[in-house]
Amino acid sequence: MSQNLESLTVETVFSRWPFAQQHLAEAGLADIADKPEATLSELLDAGQLEILGNFISVMEDFLGTKDEKVHEVTILGGRAKDGSDEPVRELTVSVGDVVCIVGPTGSGKSRLLADIEWVARGDTPTGRHVRVNGEVPGDKWRFSSEHKLVAQLSQNMNFVMDLSVEEFLNLHAESRQVGDPEEKIKRIWNWANELAGEPFALDTPVTSLSGGQSRALMIADTAVLSASPVVLIDEIENAGIDRQQALDILIREEKIVLMATHDPILALMGDKRVIIKSGAMQKVIEPSEKEKANLTELRAMDEKLMGLRHRLRMGERLDEI
Amino acid sequence: MRFVTVSGPPSSGKTAVIIKTLEHLQKAGQKVGVVKFDCLFTDDDELFRKNGIIVRKGLAGALCPDHYFVSNVEECVQWGLQEGLDVLVSESAGLCNRCSPHIREVLALCVIDNLSGIGTPKKIGPMLKAADVVVITKGDIVSQAEREVFAARVHMVNTKARLLHVNGITGQGSFELSTLWTEAEDTATVEGKKLRFSMPAALCSYCLGETRIGSDYQMGNVRKIDLDLPTGFKTDGAPGASE
Ligand SMILES: Nc1nc2c(ncn2[C@@H]2O[C@H](COP(=O)(O)OP(=O)(O)O)[C@@H](O)[C@H]2O)c(=O)[nH]1
Ligand SMILES: [Mg+2]
Ligand SMILES: [Zn+2]
Ligand SMILES: [Zn+2]
Repeated sequence: MSQNLESLTVETVFSRWPFAQQHLAEAGLADIADKPEATLSELLDAGQLEILGNFISVMEDFLGTKDEKVHEVTILGGRAKDGSDEPVRELTVSVGDVVCIVGPTGSGKSRLLADIEWVARGDTPTGRHVRVNGEVPGDKWRFSSEHKLVAQLSQNMNFVMDLSVEEFLNLHAESRQVGDPEEKIKRIWNWANELAGEPFALDTPVTSLSGGQSRALMIADTAVLSASPVVLIDEIENAGIDRQQALDILIREEKIVLMATHDPILALMGDKRVIIKSGAMQKVIEPSEKEKANLTELRAMDEKLMGLRHRLRMGERLDEI
Repeated sequence: MRFVTVSGPPSSGKTAVIIKTLEHLQKAGQKVGVVKFDCLFTDDDELFRKNGIIVRKGLAGALCPDHYFVSNVEECVQWGLQEGLDVLVSESAGLCNRCSPHIREVLALCVIDNLSGIGTPKKIGPMLKAADVVVITKGDIVSQAEREVFAARVHMVNTKARLLHVNGITGQGSFELSTLWTEAEDTATVEGKKLRFSMPAALCSYCLGETRIGSDYQMGNVRKIDLDLPTGFKTDGAPGASE
């Protein structure tokens, strides 16, 4: 425990174990809260770290939250549609990973995601097995409201509640029973505003946010408040949202990000690309140096298209592009 | 034969979820059938039939469809056995939000949708509270936050149920649900089994066809809303209505 602790930042520790803040304050170490970016090893000596580690252990036992943090999810290969062995036998995705899943419609992308969500135990049509933190997971991942492995963000999703942004975030924080809801709401709101580029107030009704603002708020909210360690994104539309920053936020909040996308820019932002065909994972590849170099050019093309879109909106002709 | 009772508010996705879920069992070579209960009209039976599902429908007419359901459920089970079904599903729309068709020892499912509002889980009562499995639909059109809040509200009403998200259109989650149906208990009869929740006492004059309004016409099980009216105020136009 203490070994992991020392490399974590104060901010991370307080958000993961809200009770740690009070514990440190009582130990006369209240001022470490002023250095949220610093790691514990810079601020505490070995003895203090050990005491904190033990305290967290005891509290987690008491709260029943021990070992609930998901660090990695492993998929063990099953079989393809024709019954042959799935070529990829094992794929592990860890906190901070961005993994793209590509393949034609009907190739089995949805089933792969469903296998993860259902934490398959060889009991789905693909025969795959899913491990959470290297272990065979229990039923709680399948049926409880608190333990859903996968959160989803998709273009078709809308806010339907008749609430302001603040009320909405409060409601979510309350249902999750998180520590320090005010700080979390502030963080979500700030990030959403940065992502969307067009700021909105906390008292704006969620249903009157623009498309970009809604998407930004959904991403920031999922990053900070969702119970699920894995976030599945099917495309992030281009309009009015900084996609690289969206991924950065999810990573900072220690999510495992899966993207079912054929958008070249998003695909090249991933650390890994899983290629699906005939119901099976065929290969896992990493972006090549050449691909990464192309990303710059792709972004320029993207910006150009956005500019043209903007000109059309303003009633201009596109004789010169 | 395995028997599953499915309930839920109107348009929550019951028919869609049943069809998608049965598809997996059909693929596995099982013979599946549905009995659909409604009030005055339904064309769900056409949908079921189109998907290769044997179907019978019962229209309750003037009766509460859940009362009608209980009065007919044993016959439905016998029909299913006679047809040689492996799985029989009943669908009924909980219209009065007070009744629940769930029977002890018979797998009970409640379908409720994300669009119905976060107050709904509390409102719909026994059909949710008494269910073994709660299926939440229409997650594809609301945000992750709303899904989580809604699921938490469902959990507050029924802490024991297994909770699943199913998309009635794409079928996402329906394979997972079908595995629970496969595990349902074998049912040869429901004779003598008990309802999980008693049906309300519906024994007022209006149950019996009365249409006129006013205390003079009200008999049997009548309860008045407390509106703080001044004493001596006649609660309606009928002479001598106040007590
Ligand atoms: N978007 C979406 N629509 C759904 C979903 N499930 C059902 N529907 C739609 O909701 C409507 C009502 O569904 P139906 O199965 O007839 O509801 P029932 O009255 O409970 O049987 C239909 O138009 C369905 O296509 C879902 O998960 N997502
Ligand atoms: Mg129906
Ligand atoms: Zn009723
Ligand atoms: Zn009555």
